[in-house]
Amino acid sequence: MNFYLLAVIKAAVVAGVLMLTLLYLQWVERKVIAHIQVRLGPYRVGPHGLLQPIADTLKLLTKEDLLPPGVNRFYFILAPFLAITLSLVSIAVIPFGPEIRVAGVATWLQLTDLNIGVIFVLAISSLTVYGIVLAGWSSNSKYPLLGALRSSAQMISYELPLGVTVAAVLLLSNSLSLRKIVETQSAFYGGFFPAWNLFRMPFPQVFGFLVFLIAVFAETNRVPFDLPEAESELVAGFHTEYSSMKFAAFFMAEYANMVTVTCMATALFLGGWLPLWPVSLGSNYAPAAVFALAGAIAIYSGIEARQRDRHSLQAFGALFLAAGALFLVPAVQQLAAPLFWFLAKTGVLLLLFIWVRGTLPRFRYDQLMRFAWGFMFPVAVANLMITGLLVALVG
Amino acid sequence: MDPILFLIFASIAVVCGINVVVQTHPITSALSLIGVMASLAMLYLLLGAQFIAAAQVVVYAGAIMVLFVFVIMLLNAGRERKTRGSFLPRLIGPPLLIALLGSVAFVILRVVPHDAVVKFGTYTGGTVENLGRAIFTTYLWPFEITSILVLIAIVGAVALAYKELD
Repeated sequence: MNFYLLAVIKAAVVAGVLMLTLLYLQWVERKVIAHIQVRLGPYRVGPHGLLQPIADTLKLLTKEDLLPPGVNRFYFILAPFLAITLSLVSIAVIPFGPEIRVAGVATWLQLTDLNIGVIFVLAISSLTVYGIVLAGWSSNSKYPLLGALRSSAQMISYELPLGVTVAAVLLLSNSLSLRKIVETQSAFYGGFFPAWNLFRMPFPQVFGFLVFLIAVFAETNRVPFDLPEAESELVAGFHTEYSSMKFAAFFMAEYANMVTVTCMATALFLGGWLPLWPVSLGSNYAPAAVFALAGAIAIYSGIEARQRDRHSLQAFGALFLAAGALFLVPAVQQLAAPLFWFLAKTGVLLLLFIWVRGTLPRFRYDQLMRFAWGFMFPVAVANLMITGLLVALVG
Repeated sequence: MDPILFLIFASIAVVCGINVVVQTHPITSALSLIGVMASLAMLYLLLGAQFIAAAQVVVYAGAIMVLFVFVIMLLNAGRERKTRGSFLPRLIGPPLLIALLGSVAFVILRVVPHDAVVKFGTYTGGTVENLGRAIFTTYLWPFEITSILVLIAIVGAVALAYKELD
């Protein structure tokens, strides 16, 4: 097939799925946090509040777009565009799956494979700070400025341990292409234990993974590192003065960054689209089993549920069971099992982000900085040195 | 395709470079400088030096310029006032500058042998592997000496900052 046509189709599919994910990630976050706090969360718009994100988007679209007096017009409008654009670019190099063949056309489940993919993502993420800094500065108001200053200091500080842990992974994988990094993790120790970089000999990157996770929490300005938008001190931080879709753009950028970093963590440490146990031991049946379990749970809780949930829960249960049955078809299994594994790993990490937000309090600013320079950075450097030494000795 | 892309990004770089000088607001100047860095990265990419292109963005646009913008914001540097200046430099400045650049370009074209002129798409030695091999074999000494220089700069910065605190 025509290269350009294929590229356009793939880009459209990825962009569509990403946008839908951003929309519903917010719903998932509100629901999960609500259940952590023993509430129900959004419930009124659609079954289980499923139409709430769409209602919110419509609300933000139709709101008045305020331009406060005294702002620097050009940068005030440029900042949200910059934030959302830069946060959406990185998804282009993330590998979602292996090469597939649909209707005689072979293609990789990845938009493009750069041989500097990892550095590309790091470069783009190092630029995302401009959106926040320009927003804070151009607002001509003290809270946004303080938020932007905190944010840039925090992002610069946590980028160092992040880069160093990624370097340790590169030592194990011997490549900067994300596709090759995933492919080098495809072995199984003893025939069943995955050789993901998290468990990879000669030095499992467990510490590297933990440092990476903590650093990306700080990079995406999430709790417990959400100092830039600490509402008890700074109103809303860098986006205090924004309204309407410009506010929504910052919101979307934050979620898009979350998706990108979880995809990166999956590809770098958790073996990307590779299954948890080998196909010969039946890992291709895992999706069907998971969906069947989800369907059974939904139907079971639908029996005892309140009147208004009784039908919706059972409908969702039936949908999950149908999806599980679909995964038993060999052709679908071949195509979708790698995608399932990738989405499952990314989803678990996203759930971790939300879980942490519902659990941990916020750091104080000096604690944040001391933690980055006094703990994270030394651990990351020690991890890199031990990895390098062992790779040199063994390999 | 390559010459077209080169012309596009080269002209962006030149326009941004002029903008750095012309603009009166320090933030606009700093952001124009980022534009220069980014288009330079694209030129490196066109020449086949992928790693240097990415490093250009990470180091210059992502780290150094963030610090620049940071300092400008902290000092809250406002729009600079233009002095009237005298008429003569403004009149003969641009032609003289163009003459200087033209003669530099001419000399370079004459001195550098023609077959050493860079061509797009022919150079394949810009990968990370080539770069690492070059740094740790051929250019090991310059590399190590540069890193010691950087270390001295860091120690010096820390020492100066401590003095301020006392």
